[in-house]
Amino acid sequence: MTTIDPARTELQPSEPPLPRRSTGTRVTRAVGIACLVAMAWLVAFGLGFSPADRDQKESVRILYVHVPTIWLAYLAFVVTAVSSGLYLFTKKQSLGWDRVAGASAEIGVAFVAVTLAVGSMWGRLTWGVFWQWDARLTTTALLFATYIGYLAVRRLGGSHQQRAKRSAVLGMIAVMEIPLVHFSVKMWRSLHQEATVANLDGDTKMDGIMLFSLFVGVIAFTFLYVWLMLHRTRAMAMEDMLEDRGLDDALVARRAEAAAQQNGAQ
Amino acid sequence: MEDAGFIFGSYFLTFATVGLFAWRTIRSGRKLADQIPDEDKYWL
Repeated sequence: MTTIDPARTELQPSEPPLPRRSTGTRVTRAVGIACLVAMAWLVAFGLGFSPADRDQKESVRILYVHVPTIWLAYLAFVVTAVSSGLYLFTKKQSLGWDRVAGASAEIGVAFVAVTLAVGSMWGRLTWGVFWQWDARLTTTALLFATYIGYLAVRRLGGSHQQRAKRSAVLGMIAVMEIPLVHFSVKMWRSLHQEATVANLDGDTKMDGIMLFSLFVGVIAFTFLYVWLMLHRTRAMAMEDMLEDRGLDDALVARRAEAAAQQNGAQ
Repeated sequence: MEDAGFIFGSYFLTFATVGLFAWRTIRSGRKLADQIPDEDKYWL
């Protein structure tokens, strides 16, 4: 005989819904899936379908991750500078722009780290050394160090508005390093090759399937950048909310303490 | 292919770095989302 547990059959009082444990939405999931598909294509083209280069041989395959990561890092730092400007020069001075600037700089730093690490492997295969104090490499390392500094400045104490103001000024100055990095190969004698695609004469000196592989890399890392930006800006908004809440709680506790002391004195 | 170690290594390093960054981002987002009511999450 089947017994029925009465506790299970009774209607339970409605409990408050649990917070949703994520910064994800349908859009982030769609972008995430697109990113994974594009990354799989990048691996297929980068390691499989793309032919070896006449001069660089197989090491050209490294460029399909090396070049897109530095281009996306440039984009990330430009977004940081533009958002910083929008924070500083708009009437509202919305902290949302500051969070976009901060999130973009974090992602840019991660991308530059990948560029430098992967580039050193390409250098080992092409030049025979992992590192040279060459103009392009040195200016890229300087760019990396500058944005590490930017992220450190964001972590200094003070209110959200103070953080936003000082990092916005730095974000707008630091972006001026990008032309220095990009044109360093033209300005100084450099071991590093000149731009093959993003050059001023508009002449792309690359085989079709190689160019397509590079294009797949750019698409894949662009999806990754957008996906990371959405998640990171939301997480940063929650960090700010929790900091504000902690400050409000401390203020309430201090006021209660002061009121109790006043009552005790009377 | 004698360069295979560096080539596969560079792809592994790239995906490991961005994967770690993505995992850290998602994990911190989940931890923070536990402490914030849904009505304060502008993306919901």
